[in-house]
Amino acid sequence: MGFLDRMSTVVQAKMNKIMDRIEDPRETLDLSYEKQLTLLQNVKRGVAEVTTSKKRLELQKAKLQMNTDKLDSQAKEALLAGREDLARKALENKAALQAQASTLDQQIADLSDQQQKLIAAESRLASKVEAFRTRKETIKAQYSAAEAQVKVTESVTGISEEMADVGMAVSRAEEKTENMKARSAALDELLETGTLTDYSGGNDLDQEIAKAKAKSSVEDMLAKMKEEMKK
Amino acid sequence: MIIRILGEGQFLLDDSHLDRINAIDNQIVGHVSRENKAEFARDLAKLISTVKELASPLDPSQIVPSDIIIPPSDLSFEEARQVFCGDGLIKG
Repeated sequence: MGFLDRMSTVVQAKMNKIMDRIEDPRETLDLSYEKQLTLLQNVKRGVAEVTTSKKRLELQKAKLQMNTDKLDSQAKEALLAGREDLARKALENKAALQAQASTLDQQIADLSDQQQKLIAAESRLASKVEAFRTRKETIKAQYSAAEAQVKVTESVTGISEEMADVGMAVSRAEEKTENMKARSAALDELLETGTLTDYSGGNDLDQEIAKAKAKSSVEDMLAKMKEEMKK
Repeated sequence: MIIRILGEGQFLLDDSHLDRINAIDNQIVGHVSRENKAEFARDLAKLISTVKELASPLDPSQIVPSDIIIPPSDLSFEEARQVFCGDGLIKG
């Protein structure tokens, strides 16, 4: 059995869960239509969730960027104060943050892709639901219950496949955003508690640079004094 | 012949291309059974790009079942293995 045959079996199992077997085929149509409308709402919610997650990551990226810039200017200040060791430390931290930033970029790109796919899926489903609604009314108006059976099976099977597909896409998107939420919460915590900056020595760095600056200005003042006393 | 790429909708493909699709399908079966993760990802991408290249998108207002169903492009190797084990792709 090929891989694609097995894939069909997976989708068929989903479809069986979606489709209800009801005596009156016309009732089946109405019930399926109700489910389609619910699914359409779910997709919309899925799109909103992915969009929110993406925004969150973008904010995080901005925050990381700010920290990176800060470390960069700290490195410059440290160099000016003649503390190459501190400058090196700041640049090492900057490199660590930059690595985090590129992971974030990848995640943002993934979510963006996910978002576009879901929006397209929503639009395809909406077209099918509308076509189904028209067909449903035609079938109900023109055929007796017995005659309608074949037409109903055809329509319901076709739309159930779409529903299974879209349902799976929404679940996958949800799973992905959940995973990212967890990871981004961890990163947030690191940024907030300063663990990341601590591990990179940001706060200590500030103090040390301030000390170094103070020291060099003390040296400057001393030198100036000495100069003056020579006169 | 109607093909669905999960997550991307339905496509209309001329029956004459079926052999190409089957050939890639068989390769994917081999990769999964031999645990060739990299080759699996490569051929799944190839399968999807081949279909997109040869087929045309179906009008979304048409309601018809598909003849072939292709997994989504981001299907992981682990998920592919689950498809083979019959555990399904997504819970529920």
